[in-house]
Amino acid sequence: MSDDMREAGLEAGAVAEAVPQVPALQAPLLFLSVLLIASCGLIYELVAGTLASYLLGDSVLQFSTVIGVYLSAMGLGSWLSRYVQKGLAHRFVHIELAVALLGGLSAPVLFLAFAKTQAFRPVLYTLVGGIGTLVGLEIPLLMRILRQQVAFKDLVAGVLTLDYIGALFASLLFPLFLMPRLGLVRTSLVFGLVNALVGLWSTKLLRPLLGGVFLLRVKCLVVIALLAAGVAGAGRFTLLAEEEIFQDEIVFSKTSAYQRIVLTHGRGSFQLFLNGSLQFSSADEYRYHEALVHPAFAALEAKGLKAKRVLVCGGGDGLAVREILKHPGVQEVVLVDLDPAMTEMATKQPLLAELNRHALQDGRVKVLNMDAMVALGDMAPSLRFDIAIVDFPDPHSYSVGKLYTTRFYRLLKEHLNPEGFASVQSTSPLMARRSFWCIAATMEAAGFAVRPYNLAVPSFGVWGFSLASPAPFAVPARTLPDLRHLTDETMQSMFAFPKDMDRVPSEVNRLDNQVLVHLYSTEWKRWS
Amino acid sequence: MKRRAFLEASAAAAATGSVACRRRRRGLPFDGELIGPNMELGHAMRDLQLPSASTFEPVDVVIIGAGIAGLSAAWRLAGQGFKNFVVLELEEVAGGTARAGRNHVGAFPWGAHYIPAPSRDNPALVRLFQECGLLESNLPGAEPVVKEQFLVRAPEERIFAYGQWWEGLYLRAGASVDDEVQHARFFEEVNRLASWRDARGRRAFAIPRAKCSDDPEMQSLDRQTFMEWLQRRKFTSQRLYWMLDYSCRDDYGSTLETTSAWAGLFYYCARKQLRKDGDAKAALLEDSHPLVAWPEGNGFMVEHLGKACEGRLRTGHAVTTIRRPTEGVLHVHAFDVKTKAAVGFQARKVIFAGPLHVANHVIPSLWEARPEGLNDFIHSPWLVANLTLRQRPDEPGFPLAWDNVLRDSPSLGYVVASHQAMKDHGPAVFTYYYPFPDADVRASRAQLMAMDWKACAQLVVDDLKKAHPDIERCIARLDVMRWGHAMVRPKPGFCWGVALQQAREPVHGIHFAHTDLSGLALFEEAQDHGLRAAEEVLASLGYAAASWR
Repeated sequence: MSDDMREAGLEAGAVAEAVPQVPALQAPLLFLSVLLIASCGLIYELVAGTLASYLLGDSVLQFSTVIGVYLSAMGLGSWLSRYVQKGLAHRFVHIELAVALLGGLSAPVLFLAFAKTQAFRPVLYTLVGGIGTLVGLEIPLLMRILRQQVAFKDLVAGVLTLDYIGALFASLLFPLFLMPRLGLVRTSLVFGLVNALVGLWSTKLLRPLLGGVFLLRVKCLVVIALLAAGVAGAGRFTLLAEEEIFQDEIVFSKTSAYQRIVLTHGRGSFQLFLNGSLQFSSADEYRYHEALVHPAFAALEAKGLKAKRVLVCGGGDGLAVREILKHPGVQEVVLVDLDPAMTEMATKQPLLAELNRHALQDGRVKVLNMDAMVALGDMAPSLRFDIAIVDFPDPHSYSVGKLYTTRFYRLLKEHLNPEGFASVQSTSPLMARRSFWCIAATMEAAGFAVRPYNLAVPSFGVWGFSLASPAPFAVPARTLPDLRHLTDETMQSMFAFPKDMDRVPSEVNRLDNQVLVHLYSTEWKRWS
Repeated sequence: MKRRAFLEASAAAAATGSVACRRRRRGLPFDGELIGPNMELGHAMRDLQLPSASTFEPVDVVIIGAGIAGLSAAWRLAGQGFKNFVVLELEEVAGGTARAGRNHVGAFPWGAHYIPAPSRDNPALVRLFQECGLLESNLPGAEPVVKEQFLVRAPEERIFAYGQWWEGLYLRAGASVDDEVQHARFFEEVNRLASWRDARGRRAFAIPRAKCSDDPEMQSLDRQTFMEWLQRRKFTSQRLYWMLDYSCRDDYGSTLETTSAWAGLFYYCARKQLRKDGDAKAALLEDSHPLVAWPEGNGFMVEHLGKACEGRLRTGHAVTTIRRPTEGVLHVHAFDVKTKAAVGFQARKVIFAGPLHVANHVIPSLWEARPEGLNDFIHSPWLVANLTLRQRPDEPGFPLAWDNVLRDSPSLGYVVASHQAMKDHGPAVFTYYYPFPDADVRASRAQLMAMDWKACAQLVVDDLKKAHPDIERCIARLDVMRWGHAMVRPKPGFCWGVALQQAREPVHGIHFAHTDLSGLALFEEAQDHGLRAAEEVLASLGYAAASWR
């Protein structure tokens, strides 16, 4: 091999006499850098296309326009290469660094542009055009450098082969490894780093053509350090960027020991997100919370009883408590919510405190920041409630799933008056039909009589609840006047289930099997 | 010039690196200590002349050892209304290897930490469960049902391999078709053996093992290693080997090569539940019995059984010797650790519920009675550590389970003591188990005993770092127990050997009760031997007692 190369070198040397010789052995290494920069180029194109599809939707349009702009810009770059007359190697290193910066930072810049500015598309196409132009310059310059070393036919064959192979390599690596493992931001930064390292490496490979390389290498190291810092900090940035993607302005955010709490505000309403998933929108939360709270009260009143003592499990936003306090007979409300950061926000954050009408500061309300399972287990057996409102997040993990088990419902029943009622948030009977009916079956196994009901909450879709009591009961007929959504008629209609949400047989969710967590994640996978 | 800069830079890097290393070596960023057992005292009993007692407190029965066997014997005696006994325990706390600890985060085990839900074939354990309020229902003719909150809650176990956690103990990720086929074939063998009955209708593997068939075909399983048995049946799957080796280490502190096939299969076959009893041919096998666990492990049972010997338990009492001045009279000499004085008891019967290697030293006549075999008992050493965590470590893959196993580790991984307390956030206690399964137990024991706290803590941290790189900063405290003789080892030929048979026989009014006598260190075996010894004693003292076994 080295013999062939030496021959090729001699041949090339015979063609170009005036130019200083690059030691022939380094030509294969320069070919390797063709492979690397070809991969980088394709990765930037894929990153931009994917990101635009993510953020703007319509992936066919986004990929087509990104590829179109990118390829035409490469054409422009190739054409511009004819104006680069001298100092080819020097220019080549500089171009590597420019690609490294522009390509490497493309994903974070685009995320920020989407979140912070109105000009995402102009930024997108400018960036794609810029990267394309620079990438278009790379190969012609490198070919001209190598022309002095390698016979033209070998040069074209070698460079184009590696260019296309690099593209194949990148196009397989991107969906199979990079996206799932690194994510968009890290992928673009890592490939920026590869470009910058090729630049640094070229100062060695092209040393005979470069003269003094000290300054060039310092520049390379600065770019490398910048991008490496970016890779290290990418985790924090992704979080930041993803928050920026919440559609509205963030008015409160906090990472507590248990979850990430974000409150956003815009277009006349505000929304609460826990770990990125929507908990309520102020535009329609009244539908949800009226439905969660009042049927239980109505059922108790149908028995001629008044609720004095009420238990709330979850519901740290205070909105269920707001509805509870509309019932004048209520003397005591015990709210059990795991996260003190949540109940504190519900007390102190002005938007939320106003929405829950300062419910948590009411003298009748007592807040316990504990795991509800532990709290109910520790509670004095004599402490019993007339009404229990159970409003946990959906059973997406074992630690929440345990709060949907026969064990939890038995504990709940032990702390409920024999004539009392419990109402349980039970996920969507449409999107997660089997999960919904699993909750009802589990409550029945724990000794409750259960009547499930549902309504539409536009922010969530069709939503379901389970009304339960230790004793059999009829669908409640009369609720409070002056509610925003519920009337006597609408309340009764909630207990009817259309055919596509009607009961399906289900296993019982127990502490030692937690079937609901598996069921729930399978069902919701279809919708996300 | 640049070369020099590079050299300087790398020299600087090397220097900071070595500083960091030295700092790490000097101390770990958390506290902790070595907890008993009281080895100095134990060895003093063996090696020194402790004073003999000159006065003797009269008592009908002396029980030596307040582990599960001794406490069960006391529980049985008390259950008969028989109160004239004392229990002597070397340690400051009762429980033996089932003892528990407690701190501001919660309770945790120092050894045994679960019991499979009892079958109605084991009425003694059902009775104990009933008494502790653990049963939801116990109807005649049906299997008892344990209350949900005492069963190990999901997720029960997970395994760390290929850089992340996976659900379950048998690693399905990356298993070949052949692995899966062999896995299924192994359980077919297990089902076959579990539904096997001898001419008298006895099972091959039953709990307690006193109910097992002594059929020669089944006994022959005890004369080969588990590995030999597997190879004879053409099992070659490395994954299967791993799982079975893990269960040998977990239950017996030994390996596929040092465990008898009978004992290895016992683990899988004895806990199978039959749906249709009495009809061996049509027997349909259900899953293994569910596991019952508490944050404090089997310390829960220690506490309950301890109530039976209230006022009669003397902790910190090292028995030095048992003598027989005349026929029918036994003198028990003990050393009170607190007062540093000799204490004597004059008893009609003694239940020796300590490990057999101790019996050797305190009962001089034992050698004469049993010339062969006492040296046949070998015990696996174990290290158990309790890690009190400020917060739970970050981790990829399947979430924290009750039992958390590292595939590429000599340890058994850790059990989350806080799991059964329903706590899923914040501080936690991890109980970490590390057996020494080598054939040469003496060398392993010497190695373990030579380790100070720091060496033990470093071993634990280095091992857990494979799965939790940030574990060090989560640990607030790490305490270590070094068990020199954690459990008897069922090496080939032992479980059905002469030594074991002989050791169960009483000698001059001394009755024996310990898991050593089963060759299997399980709660059910300890309880069964305690009950057997207590019932032997009751009968010999003239009580007409119906058996609880």
